[in-house]
Amino acid sequence: MSLQNLNTFDPFADTGDDDTQPTNYIHIRIQQRNGRKTLTTVQGVPDEYDLKRILKVLKKDFACNGNIVKDDELGEVIQLQGDQRVKVMEFLTTQLALPKKNIKIHGF
Amino acid sequence: MAEENVDLGFDPTLKKKKKKPTKAVEESGNETTPEVDDVLSGLKKKKKKPAKVDVGGDESSGTPVDELTDALGELKLKKKKKKAVTADDFDKQLEKAGVLDETNVERESSVEPSTQTQYGLSYEELLDRFFTILKENNPELAGERSGTKFRIPPPICQREGSKRTAFANVQEIAEKLQRSPEHLIQYLFAELGTSGSVDGQKRLIIKGRFQPKQLENVLRRYIIEYVTCKTCKSINTQLKKESSNRLFFLVCNSCGSTRSVSSIKTGFQAHVGRRKKV
Repeated sequence: MSLQNLNTFDPFADTGDDDTQPTNYIHIRIQQRNGRKTLTTVQGVPDEYDLKRILKVLKKDFACNGNIVKDDELGEVIQLQGDQRVKVMEFLTTQLALPKKNIKIHGF
Repeated sequence: MAEENVDLGFDPTLKKKKKKPTKAVEESGNETTPEVDDVLSGLKKKKKKPAKVDVGGDESSGTPVDELTDALGELKLKKKKKKAVTADDFDKQLEKAGVLDETNVERESSVEPSTQTQYGLSYEELLDRFFTILKENNPELAGERSGTKFRIPPPICQREGSKRTAFANVQEIAEKLQRSPEHLIQYLFAELGTSGSVDGQKRLIIKGRFQPKQLENVLRRYIIEYVTCKTCKSINTQLKKESSNRLFFLVCNSCGSTRSVSSIKTGFQAHVGRRKKV
Protein backbone atom coordinates (compact mmCIF):
# COMPACT_ATOMS: atom_id res chain seq x y z
CA MET A 1 0.00 0.00 0.00
CA SER A 2 1.38 3.37 -0.94
CA LEU A 3 0.56 6.35 1.21
CA GLN A 4 -0.60 9.22 -0.92
CA ASN A 5 0.36 11.81 1.63
CA LEU A 6 3.97 10.72 1.86
CA ASN A 7 4.64 10.87 -1.85
CA THR A 8 7.39 13.30 -2.67
CA PHE A 9 6.38 15.87 -5.17
CA ASP A 10 8.27 18.75 -6.61
CA PRO A 11 6.21 21.94 -6.48
CA PHE A 12 8.47 23.57 -9.02
CA ALA A 13 8.24 20.79 -11.55
CA ASP A 14 6.98 21.74 -14.97
CA THR A 15 3.34 20.83 -15.08
CA GLY A 16 3.03 21.41 -18.78
CA ASP A 17 0.04 23.73 -18.54
CA ASP A 18 1.83 27.04 -18.21
CA ASP A 19 -0.47 30.01 -18.36
CA THR A 20 2.00 32.17 -20.18
CA GLN A 21 0.38 33.58 -23.25
CA PRO A 22 1.84 32.39 -26.50
CA THR A 23 3.44 35.20 -28.39
CA ASN A 24 3.30 33.57 -31.77
CA TYR A 25 -0.39 33.44 -32.40
CA ILE A 26 -1.85 32.12 -35.58
CA HIS A 27 -4.28 34.74 -36.75
CA ILE A 28 -7.19 33.81 -38.94
CA ARG A 29 -8.79 36.90 -40.41
CA ILE A 30 -11.56 37.72 -42.79
CA GLN A 31 -11.78 40.54 -45.25
CA GLN A 32 -14.71 41.74 -47.26
CA ARG A 33 -14.44 41.94 -50.95
CA ASN A 34 -16.88 43.24 -53.48
CA GLY A 35 -20.42 42.04 -53.06
CA ARG A 36 -20.85 39.25 -50.57
CA LYS A 37 -17.48 37.79 -51.31
CA THR A 38 -14.87 37.39 -48.65
CA LEU A 39 -11.24 36.47 -48.22
CA THR A 40 -9.71 34.45 -45.40
CA THR A 41 -6.11 34.99 -44.41
CA VAL A 42 -4.09 32.70 -42.18
CA GLN A 43 -1.09 34.41 -40.71
CA GLY A 44 1.66 33.05 -38.49
CA VAL A 45 1.71 29.34 -39.23
CA PRO A 46 4.94 27.98 -37.69
CA ASP A 47 7.91 27.61 -39.97
CA GLU A 48 8.21 23.88 -39.57
CA TYR A 49 5.09 23.37 -41.63
CA ASP A 50 5.23 23.43 -45.37
CA LEU A 51 2.77 26.11 -46.36
CA LYS A 52 2.61 24.93 -49.92
CA ARG A 53 1.45 21.48 -48.95
CA ILE A 54 -1.02 22.83 -46.40
CA LEU A 55 -2.48 25.12 -49.02
CA LYS A 56 -2.84 22.24 -51.44
CA VAL A 57 -4.85 20.24 -48.90
CA LEU A 58 -6.93 23.23 -47.83
CA LYS A 59 -7.83 24.08 -51.38
CA LYS A 60 -8.97 20.55 -52.04
CA ASP A 61 -10.82 20.16 -48.74
CA PHE A 62 -12.67 23.45 -48.81
CA ALA A 63 -13.17 23.47 -52.56
CA CYS A 64 -11.85 26.98 -52.92
CA ASN A 65 -8.94 28.71 -54.49
CA GLY A 66 -6.11 30.23 -52.57
CA ASN A 67 -2.52 31.27 -52.69
CA ILE A 68 0.47 32.19 -50.59
CA VAL A 69 1.32 35.83 -50.22
CA LYS A 70 4.71 36.99 -49.05
CA ASP A 71 4.57 39.94 -46.73
CA ASP A 72 7.61 41.95 -45.72
CA GLU A 73 6.86 41.96 -41.99
CA LEU A 74 4.53 39.07 -41.46
CA GLY A 75 6.18 36.44 -43.57
CA GLU A 76 4.14 34.11 -45.69
CA VAL A 77 0.40 34.27 -45.39
CA ILE A 78 -2.16 31.84 -46.75
CA GLN A 79 -5.05 33.43 -48.58
CA LEU A 80 -8.23 31.53 -49.25
CA GLN A 81 -11.36 32.55 -51.06
CA GLY A 82 -14.54 32.70 -49.03
CA ASP A 83 -15.17 32.52 -45.34
CA GLN A 84 -13.13 29.49 -44.28
CA ARG A 85 -12.29 30.63 -40.76
CA VAL A 86 -13.96 27.86 -38.79
CA LYS A 87 -12.84 25.20 -41.20
CA VAL A 88 -9.24 26.39 -41.13
CA MET A 89 -9.35 26.43 -37.35
CA GLU A 90 -10.61 22.87 -37.30
CA PHE A 91 -7.95 21.77 -39.75
CA LEU A 92 -5.15 23.34 -37.78
CA THR A 93 -6.26 21.80 -34.50
CA THR A 94 -7.07 18.32 -35.73
CA GLN A 95 -4.70 17.68 -38.62
CA LEU A 96 -1.69 19.69 -37.51
CA ALA A 97 -2.34 19.21 -33.77
CA LEU A 98 -1.79 22.86 -32.97
CA PRO A 99 -3.09 24.00 -29.58
CA LYS A 100 -6.33 25.90 -29.76
CA LYS A 101 -5.12 28.73 -27.56
CA ASN A 102 -2.49 29.63 -30.12
CA ILE A 103 -5.11 30.32 -32.75
CA LYS A 104 -7.09 33.52 -32.87
CA ILE A 105 -10.06 34.05 -35.09
CA HIS A 106 -10.77 37.65 -35.99
CA GLY A 107 -13.53 39.36 -37.80
CA PHE A 108 -17.27 39.50 -37.34
CA MET B 1 -74.25 -4.65 -12.92
CA ALA B 2 -73.52 -5.73 -9.43
CA GLU B 3 -72.62 -9.19 -10.59
CA GLU B 4 -70.31 -7.84 -13.25
CA ASN B 5 -68.58 -5.72 -10.72
CA VAL B 6 -68.20 -8.73 -8.58
CA ASP B 7 -66.52 -10.59 -11.37
CA LEU B 8 -64.26 -7.69 -12.22
CA GLY B 9 -63.26 -7.17 -8.69
CA PHE B 10 -62.15 -10.69 -8.01
CA ASP B 11 -58.69 -9.74 -6.91
CA PRO B 12 -60.00 -7.40 -4.26
CA THR B 13 -62.01 -10.26 -2.97
CA LEU B 14 -58.82 -12.12 -2.29
CA LYS B 15 -57.59 -9.27 -0.20
CA LYS B 16 -60.81 -9.20 1.65
CA LYS B 17 -60.64 -12.88 2.21
CA LYS B 18 -57.46 -12.33 4.06
CA LYS B 19 -58.88 -9.48 6.00
CA LYS B 20 -62.13 -11.02 6.75
CA PRO B 21 -60.89 -14.06 8.53
CA THR B 22 -59.02 -11.73 10.81
CA LYS B 23 -62.13 -9.68 11.25
CA ALA B 24 -64.09 -12.77 12.03
CA VAL B 25 -61.53 -13.68 14.60
CA GLU B 26 -61.80 -10.27 16.08
CA GLU B 27 -65.52 -10.40 16.13
CA SER B 28 -65.55 -13.79 17.63
CA GLY B 29 -62.93 -12.85 20.14
CA ASN B 30 -64.16 -9.54 21.52
CA GLU B 31 -65.29 -6.09 20.61
CA THR B 32 -62.41 -4.77 22.61
CA THR B 33 -59.82 -6.17 20.21
CA PRO B 34 -59.81 -3.03 18.07
CA GLU B 35 -58.79 -1.02 21.07
CA VAL B 36 -55.98 -3.41 21.71
CA ASP B 37 -54.93 -2.92 18.12
CA ASP B 38 -55.03 0.81 18.59
CA VAL B 39 -52.69 0.47 21.45
CA LEU B 40 -50.34 -1.55 19.31
CA SER B 41 -48.35 0.57 16.90
CA GLY B 42 -47.91 -0.09 13.20
CA LEU B 43 -50.88 -1.64 11.43
CA LYS B 44 -53.37 0.19 13.54
CA LYS B 45 -55.28 1.87 10.79
CA LYS B 46 -55.71 -1.17 8.60
CA LYS B 47 -56.96 -3.21 11.41
CA LYS B 48 -59.20 -0.47 12.61
CA LYS B 49 -60.89 -0.12 9.29
CA PRO B 50 -61.96 -3.71 8.99
CA ALA B 51 -63.21 -3.75 12.50
CA LYS B 52 -65.23 -0.64 12.02
CA VAL B 53 -66.51 -1.81 8.70
CA ASP B 54 -67.92 -4.76 10.42
CA VAL B 55 -69.50 -2.51 12.95
CA GLY B 56 -70.99 -0.42 10.19
CA GLY B 57 -72.35 -3.53 8.61
CA ASP B 58 -73.96 -4.33 11.89
CA GLU B 59 -75.51 -0.93 12.04
CA SER B 60 -76.91 -1.28 8.57
CA SER B 61 -78.51 -4.50 9.74
CA GLY B 62 -76.33 -6.50 7.40
CA THR B 63 -74.79 -8.76 10.03
CA PRO B 64 -76.42 -11.95 8.88
CA VAL B 65 -75.52 -11.17 5.31
CA ASP B 66 -71.96 -10.49 6.33
CA GLU B 67 -71.69 -13.77 8.03
CA LEU B 68 -73.09 -15.48 5.01
CA THR B 69 -70.71 -13.70 2.71
CA ASP B 70 -67.86 -14.58 4.93
CA ALA B 71 -68.80 -18.16 4.57
CA LEU B 72 -69.37 -18.00 0.83
CA GLY B 73 -66.41 -15.90 -0.16
CA GLU B 74 -67.51 -14.71 -3.60
CA LEU B 75 -70.29 -12.57 -2.34
CA LYS B 76 -67.87 -10.73 -0.15
CA LEU B 77 -67.65 -8.09 -2.84
CA LYS B 78 -70.97 -6.73 -1.78
CA LYS B 79 -69.34 -5.94 1.44
CA LYS B 80 -66.69 -4.14 -0.43
CA LYS B 81 -69.21 -1.95 -2.09
CA LYS B 82 -70.80 -1.21 1.16
CA LYS B 83 -67.44 -0.32 2.53
CA ALA B 84 -66.67 1.91 -0.40
CA VAL B 85 -69.97 3.69 -0.19
CA THR B 86 -69.80 4.15 3.52
CA ALA B 87 -66.07 4.72 3.45
CA ASP B 88 -66.48 8.34 4.42
CA ASP B 89 -68.56 7.46 7.38
CA PHE B 90 -66.03 4.90 8.40
CA ASP B 91 -63.26 7.40 8.01
CA LYS B 92 -65.11 9.78 10.24
CA GLN B 93 -65.60 7.08 12.75
CA LEU B 94 -61.97 6.21 12.45
CA GLU B 95 -61.02 9.78 13.05
CA LYS B 96 -63.16 9.85 16.14
CA ALA B 97 -61.65 6.67 17.40
CA GLY B 98 -58.16 7.71 16.34
CA VAL B 99 -58.38 11.17 17.79
CA LEU B 100 -56.67 10.03 20.89
CA ASP B 101 -53.83 8.38 19.03
CA GLU B 102 -53.35 11.29 16.65
CA THR B 103 -53.28 13.79 19.41
CA ASN B 104 -50.64 11.75 21.09
CA VAL B 105 -48.55 11.78 17.93
CA GLU B 106 -49.04 15.48 17.55
CA ARG B 107 -47.89 16.08 21.04
CA GLU B 108 -44.75 14.09 20.40
CA SER B 109 -43.93 15.92 17.17
CA SER B 110 -44.81 19.29 18.60
CA VAL B 111 -42.26 18.90 21.31
CA GLU B 112 -39.31 19.78 19.05
CA PRO B 113 -40.63 23.02 17.50
CA SER B 114 -41.65 24.26 20.90
CA THR B 115 -38.13 23.74 22.19
CA GLN B 116 -36.74 25.56 19.14
CA THR B 117 -39.01 28.51 19.58
CA GLN B 118 -38.02 28.67 23.20
CA TYR B 119 -34.54 29.76 22.15
CA GLY B 120 -35.78 32.41 19.72
CA LEU B 121 -36.68 32.45 16.03
CA SER B 122 -37.18 29.33 13.99
CA TYR B 123 -34.72 28.38 11.24
CA GLU B 124 -36.90 29.77 8.43
CA GLU B 125 -37.33 33.06 10.18
CA LEU B 126 -33.61 33.32 10.81
CA LEU B 127 -32.90 32.58 7.16
CA ASP B 128 -35.33 35.22 5.98
CA ARG B 129 -33.85 37.73 8.36
CA PHE B 130 -30.34 36.97 7.18
CA PHE B 131 -31.17 37.40 3.52
CA THR B 132 -33.17 40.58 3.95
CA ILE B 133 -30.31 42.17 5.86
CA LEU B 134 -27.77 40.95 3.33
CA LYS B 135 -29.80 42.35 0.44
CA GLU B 136 -30.13 45.70 2.15
CA ASN B 137 -26.48 46.12 2.97
CA ASN B 138 -24.62 44.51 0.08
CA PRO B 139 -26.88 43.22 -2.66
CA GLU B 140 -23.97 41.88 -4.70
CA LEU B 141 -23.42 39.08 -2.22
CA ALA B 142 -27.07 38.06 -2.28
CA GLY B 143 -26.94 37.32 -5.99
CA GLU B 144 -28.62 40.55 -7.04
CA ARG B 145 -26.63 41.54 -10.06
CA SER B 146 -29.31 43.44 -11.89
CA GLY B 147 -28.73 46.55 -9.84
CA THR B 148 -25.06 46.89 -10.61
CA LYS B 149 -25.14 45.41 -14.09
CA PHE B 150 -24.13 47.68 -16.91
CA ARG B 151 -26.37 47.91 -19.88
CA ILE B 152 -24.63 48.42 -23.15
CA PRO B 153 -26.91 49.69 -25.86
CA PRO B 154 -27.06 47.49 -28.94
CA PRO B 155 -25.12 48.86 -31.90
CA ILE B 156 -27.20 50.85 -34.32
CA CYS B 157 -26.32 50.30 -37.94
CA GLN B 158 -27.40 52.31 -40.91
CA ARG B 159 -26.54 51.74 -44.49
CA GLU B 160 -24.53 54.55 -45.88
CA GLY B 161 -24.80 54.02 -49.59
CA SER B 162 -24.23 50.53 -50.87
CA LYS B 163 -20.66 49.98 -49.76
CA ARG B 164 -20.48 51.64 -46.40
CA THR B 165 -22.07 51.17 -43.00
CA ALA B 166 -22.71 53.89 -40.48
CA PHE B 167 -22.31 52.83 -36.88
CA ALA B 168 -24.40 55.46 -35.17
CA ASN B 169 -23.85 54.98 -31.46
CA VAL B 170 -20.11 54.35 -31.15
CA GLN B 171 -19.75 57.39 -28.98
CA GLU B 172 -22.43 56.25 -26.60
CA ILE B 173 -21.05 52.73 -26.33
CA ALA B 174 -17.51 54.00 -25.79
CA GLU B 175 -18.77 56.21 -22.97
CA LYS B 176 -20.60 53.33 -21.35
CA LEU B 177 -17.46 51.24 -21.47
CA GLN B 178 -15.32 54.14 -20.20
CA ARG B 179 -12.99 53.85 -23.17
CA SER B 180 -11.91 56.46 -25.61
CA PRO B 181 -13.84 56.15 -28.87
CA GLU B 182 -10.55 56.17 -30.77
CA HIS B 183 -9.44 53.01 -29.06
CA LEU B 184 -12.71 51.25 -29.80
CA ILE B 185 -12.69 52.41 -33.39
CA GLN B 186 -9.13 51.26 -33.84
CA TYR B 187 -10.09 47.83 -32.57
CA LEU B 188 -13.14 47.67 -34.82
CA PHE B 189 -11.09 48.48 -37.89
CA ALA B 190 -8.41 45.97 -36.99
CA GLU B 191 -10.92 43.21 -36.40
CA LEU B 192 -13.09 43.89 -39.39
CA GLY B 193 -10.11 44.38 -41.65
CA THR B 194 -11.43 47.62 -43.06
CA SER B 195 -11.02 51.32 -42.69
CA GLY B 196 -13.35 54.22 -42.23
CA SER B 197 -13.88 57.58 -40.62
CA VAL B 198 -15.98 59.49 -38.15
CA ASP B 199 -18.45 61.89 -39.66
CA GLY B 200 -19.86 65.19 -38.41
CA GLN B 201 -22.54 63.61 -36.23
CA LYS B 202 -19.90 61.48 -34.56
CA ARG B 203 -21.05 58.41 -36.38
CA LEU B 204 -18.53 55.89 -37.52
CA ILE B 205 -18.51 55.18 -41.22
CA ILE B 206 -17.07 51.75 -41.94
CA LYS B 207 -16.19 50.51 -45.36
CA GLY B 208 -18.04 47.35 -46.20
CA ARG B 209 -21.45 45.98 -45.30
CA PHE B 210 -21.99 44.91 -41.76
CA GLN B 211 -25.03 43.73 -39.86
CA PRO B 212 -25.65 44.93 -36.30
CA LYS B 213 -25.22 41.36 -35.15
CA GLN B 214 -21.74 41.13 -36.62
CA LEU B 215 -20.73 44.36 -34.95
CA GLU B 216 -22.18 43.06 -31.72
CA ASN B 217 -19.91 40.05 -31.89
CA VAL B 218 -16.88 42.25 -32.37
CA LEU B 219 -17.99 44.52 -29.54
CA ARG B 220 -18.39 41.55 -27.28
CA ARG B 221 -14.85 40.46 -27.97
CA TYR B 222 -13.60 43.98 -27.36
CA ILE B 223 -15.34 44.04 -24.01
CA ILE B 224 -13.87 40.70 -23.01
CA GLU B 225 -10.38 41.70 -24.01
CA TYR B 226 -10.17 45.36 -23.12
CA VAL B 227 -12.93 46.10 -20.64
CA THR B 228 -13.77 43.29 -18.22
CA CYS B 229 -11.57 42.64 -15.26
CA LYS B 230 -10.39 39.05 -15.41
CA THR B 231 -10.33 38.71 -11.64
CA CYS B 232 -13.73 40.07 -10.65
CA LYS B 233 -15.57 40.21 -13.99
CA SER B 234 -16.44 43.84 -13.40
CA ILE B 235 -16.45 46.22 -16.33
CA ASN B 236 -15.74 49.18 -14.10
CA THR B 237 -12.17 49.47 -15.34
CA GLN B 238 -9.72 51.96 -16.73
CA LEU B 239 -7.21 51.62 -19.52
CA LYS B 240 -3.94 53.25 -18.64
CA LYS B 241 -0.88 53.68 -20.72
CA GLU B 242 2.38 53.17 -18.95
CA SER B 243 4.71 55.81 -20.27
CA SER B 244 7.87 53.93 -19.31
CA ASN B 245 7.32 50.82 -21.37
CA ARG B 246 4.47 51.91 -23.65
CA LEU B 247 2.26 49.08 -22.54
CA PHE B 248 -1.44 49.30 -21.91
CA PHE B 249 -2.64 48.31 -18.47
CA LEU B 250 -6.16 47.56 -17.41
CA VAL B 251 -6.85 48.79 -13.89
CA CYS B 252 -9.99 47.57 -12.19
CA ASN B 253 -11.80 50.20 -10.15
CA SER B 254 -13.75 47.75 -8.05
CA CYS B 255 -11.08 45.24 -7.07
CA GLY B 256 -7.89 47.15 -7.83
CA SER B 257 -6.21 44.49 -9.90
CA THR B 258 -4.02 45.37 -12.84
CA ARG B 259 -3.28 43.39 -15.93
CA SER B 260 -1.43 44.15 -19.07
CA VAL B 261 -3.31 44.26 -22.31
CA SER B 262 -1.87 43.72 -25.74
CA SER B 263 -1.97 46.67 -28.06
CA ILE B 264 -4.26 46.57 -31.04
CA LYS B 265 -2.48 45.32 -34.08
CA THR B 266 -3.75 45.34 -37.56
CA GLY B 267 -2.69 42.13 -39.15
CA PHE B 268 -2.07 41.24 -42.71
CA GLN B 269 -4.21 43.18 -45.10
CA ALA B 270 -4.75 41.48 -48.37
CA HIS B 271 -4.88 43.71 -51.32
CA VAL B 272 -8.50 43.95 -52.34
CA GLY B 273 -9.68 45.81 -55.35
CA ARG B 274 -8.06 46.90 -58.50
CA ARG B 275 -4.46 46.06 -59.01
CA LYS B 276 -1.90 48.69 -59.55
CA LYS B 277 -0.70 49.04 -63.03
CA VAL B 278 2.93 48.08 -63.20
